[in-house]
Amino acid sequence: MTGVLRVLSPGLLTTVQDLGRPGYQSLGIPVGGALDPVSLRAANALVGNTPDIGALEIAYVGPTLAVDADEVRLSFAGAEALIEILPDEAASAGYRISTMRSVLLHRGEVVRIGSLTGGAVLYVGVEGGLAVEPVLGSVSTYLRGGIGGWQGRALTEGDQLPLRLDTVSERQEWQLEGFDLTPPQRFRTIVGPQSDHFSEATIETFFNSEYTIGTGADRMGMRLLGPLLEHSRGFNITSDGIAPGSIQVPGNGLPIVLLADRQTVGGYTKIATVISADLPALSRLPIGNKLRFAPVKIEEAEAARRKFVADVESLPSRIVPIGRYAGDLAGDLTPRLLDCNLIGGVIDASVGA
Amino acid sequence: MPDYRVLPAGDTALVVEFGEQIDRQLSTWVLALARRLEESRLNGVIEIVPTIRSLIVHYEPLALSAATLTARIVELMRGLHSEEGLARHWHLPACYDARIAPDLHDVAARAGITPAQVVERHSGLTYHVYMLGFLPGMAYLGDVPDELAFPRMATPRLKVPAGSLAIATTLTCVYPVDTPAGWHLIGRSPVPFFERHPTVKTLLNPGDKVTFVPVSLREYDDLMAQAAAGTLRIEPVEEFVREEPPAEPKQRPFGAAA
Repeated sequence: MTGVLRVLSPGLLTTVQDLGRPGYQSLGIPVGGALDPVSLRAANALVGNTPDIGALEIAYVGPTLAVDADEVRLSFAGAEALIEILPDEAASAGYRISTMRSVLLHRGEVVRIGSLTGGAVLYVGVEGGLAVEPVLGSVSTYLRGGIGGWQGRALTEGDQLPLRLDTVSERQEWQLEGFDLTPPQRFRTIVGPQSDHFSEATIETFFNSEYTIGTGADRMGMRLLGPLLEHSRGFNITSDGIAPGSIQVPGNGLPIVLLADRQTVGGYTKIATVISADLPALSRLPIGNKLRFAPVKIEEAEAARRKFVADVESLPSRIVPIGRYAGDLAGDLTPRLLDCNLIGGVIDASVGA
Repeated sequence: MPDYRVLPAGDTALVVEFGEQIDRQLSTWVLALARRLEESRLNGVIEIVPTIRSLIVHYEPLALSAATLTARIVELMRGLHSEEGLARHWHLPACYDARIAPDLHDVAARAGITPAQVVERHSGLTYHVYMLGFLPGMAYLGDVPDELAFPRMATPRLKVPAGSLAIATTLTCVYPVDTPAGWHLIGRSPVPFFERHPTVKTLLNPGDKVTFVPVSLREYDDLMAQAAAGTLRIEPVEEFVREEPPAEPKQRPFGAAA
């Protein structure tokens, strides 16, 4: 019998997400998936998973999870957070670990993840993944449709998330080096498809202004506060397809960037679309952050995507073993011993960090 | 060949726009191009999503550049003709009893006809499924008779039950799940337009034809019980469909106030 992760507290909005479920938009079913697929891939790489395995996506405030399994290996990638490993549920203190690394936990231990800083989402990778059934080829949770992930909804207290593996690979823990989550100074966009519903002056205002991410941001879209964008031919259009990163401008003149759980079609004008290379960085920005946009040509976007994909594919090569015993992998220490030593090393490292 | 524009929607999607209004002929072109693109199985195309008056093609630019995809679309458009063919025709039970059709009387009053005439006119047509969207399995069908075409209500309802049939300007739509909704509700169908169990599936596809068959509240309740038990079987008939363009294109943008 395989073990479970028991949810002691669910966090603000913790869902299972993978790379999404393309192929069903013509039936009204959104692609969905991780808001920040780059951090999801990092989390998967850190536990040795293929990139398409589902992980827990945490928004703003993290959950507390108890390990009801012999062992489980988790990883953390994305926003920063205070992450503590407690020896059991009754303990009030444990040891802290950093993000961008994996950790091996044993039965009874508890991982407590606090509020996120520097980003809207953090991913918890699980070696082997969670034992949840894919829906239309994906374990992503689509909240509005109530499908996918864990029972089609966000985690709640008392949930028991089944693990695919009861024992994990014997190896030392890994960390990711050179994983840069710094947002670009200006998010690149391609103008259109409804740019002809705005005057040139309005388009100029859009690109010359600073916008602030408003509190209405969720998995569907990010509402921006800033100068109002005036429509020259009305804001309603006959419903039209929606791309990832579409920036729609409804009647109030405030743009909304459409994210992972965007609806498949919509009836508002879209002034521009964030390019695919910049969308994960935009999606991970937290409420209150400021941002600017820039127009680019399609050729520049395609070149940016080539670089982006190469960067993402190089993630596994930037994973290195943690700690001072990193060079001793081929030595005569048994992997089990190595783990014990490494956990010691990690405590030192993280306390100083 | 119809007029069309190819518009960029970022670097991973292109929009082929045939017009800006709800027009049955435009939808015929949209669906014909969608079919041709599906059949040509272009490497790099991820999915093709038809809407009322345009088509969005999602693609991977590293496998297929925007320029190549555009050229391919132009080529397909050259050989495109309005198609006649088999379509799935659904006869779907619909209950227009005012007890579950809260806006039936209002729509009748505004149209200057009796509620019975609203039912007769709404159910007396074969509708065309223009697109699915907004929610899983949510279908937009058209065109409704002119006298029944009404814009959104001033105040949306916070929750309407799954199966609700609404008037959405010149279209009629089915709500697949309980959801907030702003359109006038004139009936309800017991048919599951979106199912989660035992497998996730939707009922209608773009291009399908639908005729609503009026049923009493008692029949509706019976059918609902069957749907809940999983024994309600609704199958479409395959029919040869010839696309008749409407006499006059509807110029009102979808969602706009009348």
